[in-house]
Amino acid sequence: MKTPFLKAVGGIARKDLRIELRSRELVSAMGLFALLSILIFSFALELDRTARQEAISGVLWVTVVFASILGLNRSLAMERDQGNLDAMLLAPIDRVAIFFGKLAGNLVFALAVGLLLLPIMSLLYNQPLVRPWLLAVLGLGTLGFATVGTLLAMMTVQTRARESLLPIVMLPIALPVLLAAVRATTAILTDIPLEDWIAWPQILVVVDIIYLVVCYLLFEYVIEE
Amino acid sequence: MKTFGLLPALRQLDLTIQRGEFVALLGPNGSGKSTLLRLLAGLSKPTSGAITIGGWSLPDEAAAVRAQIGMVSHRVLLYENLSAHENLAFFARLYNLPTAGLETRIAGLLQQVGLSRRAHDLVRTFSRGMQQRLSIARALLHDPDILLLDEPHTGLDQDASNTLDELLRRAHADGRTILMSTHELGRAAALAGRVVILSRGVIGHDVPTAGLDGLELAALYTEVTSMASAR
Repeated sequence: MKTPFLKAVGGIARKDLRIELRSRELVSAMGLFALLSILIFSFALELDRTARQEAISGVLWVTVVFASILGLNRSLAMERDQGNLDAMLLAPIDRVAIFFGKLAGNLVFALAVGLLLLPIMSLLYNQPLVRPWLLAVLGLGTLGFATVGTLLAMMTVQTRARESLLPIVMLPIALPVLLAAVRATTAILTDIPLEDWIAWPQILVVVDIIYLVVCYLLFEYVIEE
Repeated sequence: MKTFGLLPALRQLDLTIQRGEFVALLGPNGSGKSTLLRLLAGLSKPTSGAITIGGWSLPDEAAAVRAQIGMVSHRVLLYENLSAHENLAFFARLYNLPTAGLETRIAGLLQQVGLSRRAHDLVRTFSRGMQQRLSIARALLHDPDILLLDEPHTGLDQDASNTLDELLRRAHADGRTILMSTHELGRAAALAGRVVILSRGVIGHDVPTAGLDGLELAALYTEVTSMASAR
């Protein structure tokens, strides 16, 4: 009787991508914000070359996190404001399929912004950032943020102060991801031997799994009135 | 019974609707109409008591119940940046409708609601009346036995309301059970076979509309709501 889980997840994610390809509301807002952020950081750190090199991983992740928050708010607001969340809840699907469908869309948008940032930052900060390990860390870190962010945005989007509430609620919870991602990125950019920093991507994998499981278990309670 | 915190929205409600009935749900704002419809749609859980729809109980068999229900709200529950066709195709996927014959089904529904020519236009370019007609098509997409309508005429002009009435008559003639909340007493008397008047979360009156005109219904409505206000 129920719609197969993956079919529902795929349908929701595909719908979000289609809407975004048409309107370009999310990625353009996130991309513009990210671009402005790295430019401002670049100007601010211009005088001190060493500080600039050391701050690059922090700049990257702060920009990715805040751009993601911007996208998460808008992505979930679209569902709530037009009542579409109710329309999806009326369908005979596992409710958690809504979470994974929205997560897939949010992850793609956040990754797109992250991937856009790497070559631009390489130019601005004069350091090659497009490296396989950095791409892997970017993927793992973004997955962590998108997972916890999708769940929390589903909660905060019901409040009036949703724009300001999401970062306040999300940042402390996503701190382990931010910490591990920044440490791994710094290690990759300073060419430290792999065995000295491989623990950070491993921590990211574990934290991502924990977030996915906890969000899976909590989502049904979150969308209850 | 349904409460929000300490505030009771519905109390001691006992309502049975037979298959194929068209029931209008009346009552002032805050009387519990939307809450009742959300409970029946499985969007909300009762604080106490039981709900059975077509032999299935809520919330335990919610997926089975949801497959039998189509809902139309005063909010259109559509994606503005998708076309009419894309909206229906998306919801068809969520309802696991077979791909074979889906295009014919969507085309048939769009024709039924008079939107065939606008099938590939974005919903945001539609008037409120057109969006509400598409909302009806979305609700009928999976051929549900039951339609729940929460003030579907809100924001519609006279022509659009009349078109919506015609669609509802057709849906009822097809054998569907319809429960519609509305503030329009004349429309309720004209469309429904039975009227339930809610006031402060309880049923004040439950009467057939046969032989009842708009004025008599208005008198009944005033009696129920003024009694509730006096309590």
